Amino acid sequence: MSLLPDFALMLLILIAAVWTVSARDRRDSVIGFIVVGLLLSLAWIRLNSVDVALTEAAVGGGATGLLLLRACARLGPNETEGVSLKVSLRILTGVLCTVVAVALATIVLYPIEPAPTLAPTAAAHMGEIGLGNPVTVVLLAYRAIDTLLEKVVLVLALIGVWALTPDPLWGGAPGSLRAQHSSGPLTFLAQVLPPVGIVIGVYLIWNGADRPGGTFQGGTVLAAMWLLVMMADLREPPEIRLHTLRRLVVLGPVVFLVAGFAGFWIANGFLSYPPDLAKPIIVLVEAALALSIAVILGMLVAGPAARAPR
Amino acid sequence: MIGSTTLYGLCATGLVAIGLYGLVLHPSPLRKVIAFNLLGSGTFILFGVAAQRGAAAGLLADPVPQAMVITGIVVAFAATAVAVALLLRLVESGGSTLEPSAPDPQDDRPS
Repeated sequence: MSLLPDFALMLLILIAAVWTVSARDRRDSVIGFIVVGLLLSLAWIRLNSVDVALTEAAVGGGATGLLLLRACARLGPNETEGVSLKVSLRILTGVLCTVVAVALATIVLYPIEPAPTLAPTAAAHMGEIGLGNPVTVVLLAYRAIDTLLEKVVLVLALIGVWALTPDPLWGGAPGSLRAQHSSGPLTFLAQVLPPVGIVIGVYLIWNGADRPGGTFQGGTVLAAMWLLVMMADLREPPEIRLHTLRRLVVLGPVVFLVAGFAGFWIANGFLSYPPDLAKPIIVLVEAALALSIAVILGMLVAGPAARAPR
Repeated sequence: MIGSTTLYGLCATGLVAIGLYGLVLHPSPLRKVIAFNLLGSGTFILFGVAAQRGAAAGLLADPVPQAMVITGIVVAFAATAVAVALLLRLVESGGSTLEPSAPDPQDDRPS
């Protein structure tokens, strides 16, 4: 097959990356980064990793982009960098980066043969558990401990962000996400899209067992719908002291942990499932995780409390 | 003849180099965070290349590196959120000299 589309995509990614690093204005840089994220999700499809493509588009480009754009707005538009760097320093850094690039390119061009792979092991687990999506099998059965720890990292990150709340504002709501000028189309979108988006999110979660999709992708779509509603000012971000909010944040990891410890009684050990019950348990864990992910991602973008509790 | 997988591997190499350059040279912390994310994206694509080369047992790509990258992307987002929150707090408390010293007062802050 012709390499032309791949080559064009590669070129576009690299141009967007150079723009991201070299743009003078930081908002331009963030927009460049979002473009890189979206182009990379195309690259992931070309690498036969549709699950990763969905995650990259939703989290890598979308959620991170929104977070950075919001930071730009808070920092103000002026980017006056008074520090002028010496040419020698630039050249030295350029040499360093070239060395790193050449080393990595050597690994890419002369890889070890045969290529190491864990695909047969993962495929064996697929047969045992009865799910059709190998990535979901790896995430929730074969390497479930990684996924569990990652959920804990998300909760810790949210605690870290909330911990940056100034003392008098503790327990209050994060700053409003609304745009500076209210816009009709945005409000309209925020009223029309969420029902559709919620169905798509739930579909991705439910379908993730057998086809591309899963908790992360579905959870991020749910979070995006919630953020859209907050940006259009139809709903304010909730106060971070609310017990419902905090319970939703820990729901996923707690369900996952309970299912993990239950493995000691009903199967061979921590995070192992009996074959005939594996699918219902995994779907239950996925549903709880997706809800927690949606809430955590939304609150991470909203940031620490900026208003005193009412 | 170079295959498309190798091509994406080289693309990842370029992303890592560009990200590293920005990370080292940009004085502004926000730009460093963005550059670091670029570097991370390049690393993730290298995982994708490994996954593609490890295709076996009837699967189009090795699912283990894919699962690791999905986990990695989410963790990178969480770390970016913490970094941005720290950065904004630092600027608002007047601790940084590189970002503009006083951002516009937020309309939603208590008076």
